[in-house]
Parts: sequence; structure tokens; C-alpha cells
Amino acid sequence: MDRLQEAIAALHAVDARRSESRIDPAARLIVCMAFSLTTVSFGKYDFCGLMGMSLFLVITAIWENISVWKGLCRLRYILAAVALLGSANLFYDRNVIFYLGGLPVTGGLLSALTLCSKGIFTVLAAYFLLYLIGMPGICRALRRLGIPGGAVTVLLLTWRYLIVLLKEVRRMWQAYGMRAPGQRGVRMRAWGSFAGLLLLRSMDRAETVYQSMLLRGYDGEALREPAGRAASGRSILYVAAWLCVFIFLRWIPLFRLAGRLFLS
Amino acid sequence: MSVIKAEHLTFSYDGAEEVLSDVSFALEPEETVGLIGANGVGKSTLLKILVGLLPGYRGTVEVGGLTVDKKHIRQIRELAGYVFQDSDSQLFLSTVYEDVAFGPRNYGYAEAEVDRRVMDALRQVHMEGLRDRQIYRMSGGQKKLASIATILSMEPQIILLDEPSGALDPRNRKNLIRVIREMKGTKIIASHDLDMVWDTCERTLLLSGGRLIRDGRTKEILADEALLQTHGLELPLSLSHG
Repeated sequence: MDRLQEAIAALHAVDARRSESRIDPAARLIVCMAFSLTTVSFGKYDFCGLMGMSLFLVITAIWENISVWKGLCRLRYILAAVALLGSANLFYDRNVIFYLGGLPVTGGLLSALTLCSKGIFTVLAAYFLLYLIGMPGICRALRRLGIPGGAVTVLLLTWRYLIVLLKEVRRMWQAYGMRAPGQRGVRMRAWGSFAGLLLLRSMDRAETVYQSMLLRGYDGEALREPAGRAASGRSILYVAAWLCVFIFLRWIPLFRLAGRLFLS
Repeated sequence: MSVIKAEHLTFSYDGAEEVLSDVSFALEPEETVGLIGANGVGKSTLLKILVGLLPGYRGTVEVGGLTVDKKHIRQIRELAGYVFQDSDSQLFLSTVYEDVAFGPRNYGYAEAEVDRRVMDALRQVHMEGLRDRQIYRMSGGQKKLASIATILSMEPQIILLDEPSGALDPRNRKNLIRVIREMKGTKIIASHDLDMVWDTCERTLLLSGGRLIRDGRTKEILADEALLQTHGLELPLSLSHG
């Protein structure tokens, strides 16, 4: 399977994902947002405090049987970008904050570690959310949380367009490759027409998909749910429990306390 | 009363060249009609006009007694379902169930009713076992049947099929013919597959150059080799081999 096909299959898999647990997608979205907000709220030198937030990721990964390694592999480019951004701090902040076994730990190093961890944690949390409820689940959750239908529909259709676009790229790539054996990538000279044609073809395809939606009663609301569905007790408990944990971790530096306990 | 009526229907995409020119016909309830013609004669255009996808036509077009215009578009689309030539365009949700349920949900049916309609539609195309199948994992034949199910779940009185047998292997094609025969309601099948039209339609409309050349019994039109050849078609294989 080529890389494009792999990407299309991954997008489809996320699109088809349905949560089999009884926890409402909206509850998962709230918890994910609360996690991300709490994570980014830590100070730039509060690396120890931040590490406590990894509990959520660890527990979710174990509980839901998600492979963190696979996630990290899939997100490698985003994570590399996060690491690159974080590493800039190394050069700006050279004040020594403390010594670790005789080695000086600068503010830049600490803030770079904190920034990278924040990035990794939030990206992983978003990946877990996508893995658990899929893109339609996220859109449904947004609707349940009162986000206007139009905005959610735009998000969902953009996602779908991405799939259509990738499929067209693959078709054109294959057609090009068949007539350009041994050539790596598309020649610079052909890029203009390749990109232009890709845009036209994908727009054409998207137009047909849109017509198909219109013919089946689509009126701007892509996700219709049975009205009046109340949140389950389990979902409420899930949100309440995690919110308590986040508040606790935000104010109590769990890892620092544990470290002191072992060192004393 | 005619369930579909077109009188002096004329249409052009750019206001210059007419794709359809002075086309008139009427269909009775429960009729199955073949719409044949060479490439580019306006078969798909005609079907799209009937479901209101192409406004700006001249003449009169009525579906279920309602004029095809902006005012009646929602009712017309509930009355008439259109199956696209390319199943990948018809199916845009992740699983078969979700896609087949899309229409009934949009029309505001309760979830129990949506479920009943979806299962009925899947039963009609013999796909009950594939309700949770991811669409991108399906074969071309399965996709075609699933796209028909997306229309059947809306329980339309009229079904318009655009090149339904395109890119299907013989077994899937045979299966599709069986499904089309079993489907209730008025059907228009736009196709180059004259053998399929022969097998499924009692009446045929022959389009050529945007004009309705002949409207009559399928057995007569498809057996008329001179007529077919004049308008860029060939005898059905089942007839040409004696």
C-alpha cells in the first residue's frame, strides 16, 4: 500500500470510528478541552507539575487500549515541529535554575522541556479523542455543546473534502507515475498544471458529493441527532471525575511531592 | 395522472448550445423506462433536471404533479431519488448504515423509523449483513447497491438511475438487474447498457442530439438496428448474436 493510500485509509478509519463505550462524545470533548487548557496553563518552568498531567494520557491509553507508540509515530511530523519550536528557548534563556547531579539546568532547557511536553500532551490528547470518537463524533459533540450547525458543518465538510482531495491526488499521481517511470516526484514544469487540474477535479467531485447530499434532504445541517437526548450519569461522572483530577494536579505538584518522599 | 411530465423541455448549460431541445414525454406510475442514447446526448442532464439539480430550463417539467422549481424542491426530492453514475460521489459517509440513514434523518424521522427504513432498504438490495461495513472497504458492485439503498431508504415513488451498470462485472450486473426488477415505483434507467434496458424496461426513450427521437416499446426500439446505428448505438448483444 502506498503512502497516499495509507493516509486515505487512516482518514477513513477516523471517519468511521464509533465509540462503543457509553460515554457521550460531548463528555470526552469536554474532558479533552479541560485537559488541554490545564496543560497549557502550567508555568514555563513548572516541568514537574506538568508531568502529573501525563496521568490522564497513561490512564486513557491503558483503559481504552490505545497504542501510544503508534500515535507518536503517526504524529511524528507535528511532534518534530513542536520540538523545533521548543528548542529555540535553549538559546534565549541561559540562566541556571538548579543543578542536577552537578550539571547546570538552565531556564532555557527547562522551558524547552516544558513547552515540548505541553505540545506532546495536547497533541496526544487530540489524537486520543479522534481515535475514540472519530471526526463525526467530535462534530456531534460540538453540536451538543451548542456550537452553531453551520460552523460544525463547515468543519465536517472540510474534513470530507480532505479525503476527496487525497483520493484525487492519488489518482493523478498514479496516472503521472505510469507515464514517468523511474522519475521521483512530479517535475517542476508539470507542477502548475498538476495543481490546477487537481483543484478543478477535486472541486468537481466535491460538487457532485454536495449534489448527492442535497438530493437527500440536506439543508445545511450535516449531522442530525434525535432530539432531547440527555447526558448519561456515566458521562457526567466521567467529566466530574477528570475535572477534579485536573484541578488537583494543577495545584498539587504530585511528582515533586513524590520525588521529595523518595529523596528524604 | 402522469407521475413525470415534460413538455417542450429545452436546456443549455451556457445559454448557447442546447443540450436538450424541445423534449416532451409523460410517465405513468410504476412504469420502468429506459433512457438511451450515445455519449453527450443529454441523458444525465435530463435526469438532473427532473430532480431539480439543474434549474433554468425552458418548458414545463412536473414530478408527482409538482412543477420542478425552487418552491417544490424539497417535496420533489422526497418523491424522486437519483442514483449517481459514480457511487463514490453518492456515498460520502463512513459506513453503509450512516449513509443510508442520511436521507431519512434529514427529513426528520424518528430514530426508530430511520432504522426501519435503513433495514428495509438494505433488505431490498440484499445487503442486510453489510450495514456496518466501512464504505471504502467495499467493492464496486457493493457500492452500487449501497448507493441504491441510500435512495430506497427515502421510500421514493420515482427512482432515477444514471448508468447503473457502469463498471460492474457480469455477476454484479446480473444482481443489479434483479434488484431493479424487484424495486417498486416508477423508474427511469439512463444507460448505454442496452441489454440491461432490454431486460428491465418495457418502454424506452431514445435521445439523440438533445432531441427525443423515439418513445415506444423497448422490444421494438432496441430491435431496430438501423435506428440505433443512425443515432450512434448498436444492437443489444443478446440480439446481435441471434
